[in-house]
Amino acid sequence: MSEKPFSDIRMETFTQGLWKDNPVFVMMLGLCPTLAVTNSAMNALAMGLATTFVLICSGLLVSLLRNVIPKQVRIASYIIIIATFVTMADYGIKAISLDVYQALGAFIQLIVVNCIILGRAEAYASKETPGKAMINGAGMGFGFTIALLCLGVVREIMGSGTFFGLQVMPDRFQTWSIFVLPPGGFFVLAGWLVLFSWLQERKVRREAV
Amino acid sequence: MNNGSASFHLVATLGGIAVFSGVLLALTYEVTKPMIARNESEALETAVLEVVPGAVERENYRLDEQGLRKLAKDSTEEANVYAGIDEQGERIGFAFSGEARGYADVIRILYGYDPVQKQVIGLQVLSSNETPGLGDKISKDADFQENFVALDASLTHEIVTVKHGEKTEPWQIDGISGATVSSKAVGQALRDSTHTWVPTLSAALEERK
Repeated sequence: MSEKPFSDIRMETFTQGLWKDNPVFVMMLGLCPTLAVTNSAMNALAMGLATTFVLICSGLLVSLLRNVIPKQVRIASYIIIIATFVTMADYGIKAISLDVYQALGAFIQLIVVNCIILGRAEAYASKETPGKAMINGAGMGFGFTIALLCLGVVREIMGSGTFFGLQVMPDRFQTWSIFVLPPGGFFVLAGWLVLFSWLQERKVRREAV
Repeated sequence: MNNGSASFHLVATLGGIAVFSGVLLALTYEVTKPMIARNESEALETAVLEVVPGAVERENYRLDEQGLRKLAKDSTEEANVYAGIDEQGERIGFAFSGEARGYADVIRILYGYDPVQKQVIGLQVLSSNETPGLGDKISKDADFQENFVALDASLTHEIVTVKHGEKTEPWQIDGISGATVSSKAVGQALRDSTHTWVPTLSAALEERK
């Protein structure tokens, strides 16, 4: 690990999750919710924000308790902490909108086992100061949200002809139902991965010249 | 550190975290409970007003062998039928719920019933998990919704779903091509539910006269 435990909070702390180590496009974590709930932009946004909330809160608490929690029970402790915040997010979404809650279904509860969050707790929050852990968690959360939106927007426009529920395609447009079905998730994810790795490769080649 | 105090430390940490998480969850539950209840009641209100066209208000009723009883707004007894009240304060129709197994999961519906005309006068899908773009047309397709403007529910004939374009009788439901299973499930739900409720309601209304 190259990270110094008490170094200052830098821009990199936040942006790490947005681009360089984007949880979906680079680290390939949390692919299950990525594929499952991105059939509309609204669902993608709600899922992303719920995950961000859990990442920030669990990051803070894990970091605060990092010197108290004995090594042997750390995973169990992280899971209790994460599950608590997930349940809070679950009630919160239910209180804000029943429609979104029904659309997301079991995937809100399944944030508990989302490896992005446990990964952050184990690899980052348990070693860093609370401020850094929260900011890094927020960056990861936003990176996840952006990735979900990338998929959700494309799938909703192609599959339903709408953008956040608003009609954007002409009436003549024949919707491609496959985009809102599970295979569409794989196709769109693959498309984005191709695009990002092409951009990455081009950047590396330019720097080499 | 000897063994005893080490394991005490483990138990104390986990216990402490669990207590903290319990307190946090209890607080969240208390805060969101009224909001969730309000959301659910609003969703029901909208659905009842939707399936009983012309209604502006909802009344809760309990219908069983003892007859039809109106429930107060804050009654603890659970309502099983609802009535739509129009602007003149007239009870213009009842709303019943029904359910049947669809393609993916149980489809729950709410439909309006006019006891004078003995007709189904509106229908809404409360929850379903049908395939997007195919089976979920049962809640979106305008032509399919047309079926439930004046569907004969006098029970002289069974309500039945027929193939798309083959509807000839007032008790038949014109199915959706490509969503056969889902449209049949809606027919099944209506058939089962009208069989339970319509005779009970007629008997109860008869008794009052």
